[in-house]
Amino acid sequence: MIEIDITKPLHGVSGEMLLEAKLTIAEGDFVALAGESGSGKTTLLRILAGLEHAEGTIEVSGETWQEKSFHMPPQKRGIGFVFQDYALFENMSVIENLLFVQKDNVLAKHLLEIVELSELSHRRITTLSGGQKQRVSLARAMMKRPKLLLLDEPLSALDPSMRTKLQQEILTLHKEFGTTTLMVSHDPSEIYRLANRVVMLEKGRIKSEGTPKEVLLQRSSSQKFSFTGELLEIVEVDVIKVAVIAIGQQLVEVVIGEEEARNLKIGQSVRVGTKAFAPIINHV
Amino acid sequence: MFETLLSLDMTPFALSFKLALITTLILFVIALPLAWWLSQTTSKVKPYFETLTALPIVLPPSVLGFYILFALSQNSPLGAFFEESFGIKLVFNFTGLVIASCFYSLPFMVQPLQSGFEALNKNMIEASYICGKSKTQTLLFVALPNAKAALISALVITFAHTVGEFGVVLMVGGSIPGETKVASVAIYEAVEIMNYTQAHIYSAIMVVLSFLTLLGVYLINGRMKRVGV
Repeated sequence: MIEIDITKPLHGVSGEMLLEAKLTIAEGDFVALAGESGSGKTTLLRILAGLEHAEGTIEVSGETWQEKSFHMPPQKRGIGFVFQDYALFENMSVIENLLFVQKDNVLAKHLLEIVELSELSHRRITTLSGGQKQRVSLARAMMKRPKLLLLDEPLSALDPSMRTKLQQEILTLHKEFGTTTLMVSHDPSEIYRLANRVVMLEKGRIKSEGTPKEVLLQRSSSQKFSFTGELLEIVEVDVIKVAVIAIGQQLVEVVIGEEEARNLKIGQSVRVGTKAFAPIINHV
Repeated sequence: MFETLLSLDMTPFALSFKLALITTLILFVIALPLAWWLSQTTSKVKPYFETLTALPIVLPPSVLGFYILFALSQNSPLGAFFEESFGIKLVFNFTGLVIASCFYSLPFMVQPLQSGFEALNKNMIEASYICGKSKTQTLLFVALPNAKAALISALVITFAHTVGEFGVVLMVGGSIPGETKVASVAIYEAVEIMNYTQAHIYSAIMVVLSFLTLLGVYLINGRMKRVGV
């Protein structure tokens, strides 16, 4: 059981705000921390890691990590942490990065097998691709067999296919080591696939929490498709107008009326929606 | 010409290099923890320490030399203590030169190291803490090996700067042949007694050596950037 009850003033881009998080996490849970950037997700994660100080208490399976003026240093918390930018030790090879944490050859080899990097174990870090680096980072985070694994947007810099593969590996590790995992993520599909609980932060406060189904489907539970994208261009074709919109990685063309065209500006963030009466779903 | 070269007294150069080597080694040990602390601290006293460290760059060497002379002479408590307890004189000898050089060249060791550490990925340092490593372990096994270019710059520039010092050395050491008469002082004396041949040769040697040392640093740094060490 992890019990968090902390406050910390934040100086964000949108001015001063107070991070207020009161949260209980059951052992073995996979919790996704979601919310807009600047809502305090990363700060909460860093406070849990002991990298930043806050007011309040943190208790992890009966052990006090923080209360009043006491802050247990990050060295003693026995956690695993995966940074968005990997944060690997570039002066060491792949396997040395793991063994630096703990001289446990058997565990290091086993972890490299899970993340499919056994053949690259003596490679220099600088010669690896982004996906490979993040796998090393993930394996390194498990070297202490952490009770608590903290992931700060670990996959946001990777391409979609690599992301899916690593999601699977994260899940494998989470289950095999029986860790409690907290992951900051923006990606609803990732949250849906991995987490059994979602905590949504907004301006430093917990806005909603529950299962991914409850939290993520809340907004659009009607039979509607709705996507947000950026309006790139409005093209005139004969008498009609076509709006070119970028939604994620995809470009979409939508026919719009004269009236709509007048109200839209290039570069605007727009929502494209339709009722989903009879959508076609094919496997890819 | 050839005979002039052969008969030339090279002791001042040997002395300069010995002084530079010892100063560099001592400063490395002192500056490493200082630079690391300066690069990591958010303390309010940091600017004061940074200023103190940088002072030798802007102060006239004579000011520095004067204070060191004043602090280390037999008439000062510190100088008297060393003289009485250990029988060591701290001025007008090689020991005094080393102490003076350490003050004089301190910023040239601290500043490159500090900016090298500051340029490191902060997450990498934090990752090391999370791996359970102390600040000292992180400095030695993570920060320093990943700031190799800064380390080499710091060592070489400190060495070169100590070879090039003049004012402080003259104030604290005087010009005792084989003891405190380093290359820069020897050139000054050669000019004073109008021995221009000797001054020319000594100066040319200094130019060539300094050029080669600095060229070495830039070549190594350029190479490191290319291979991404």
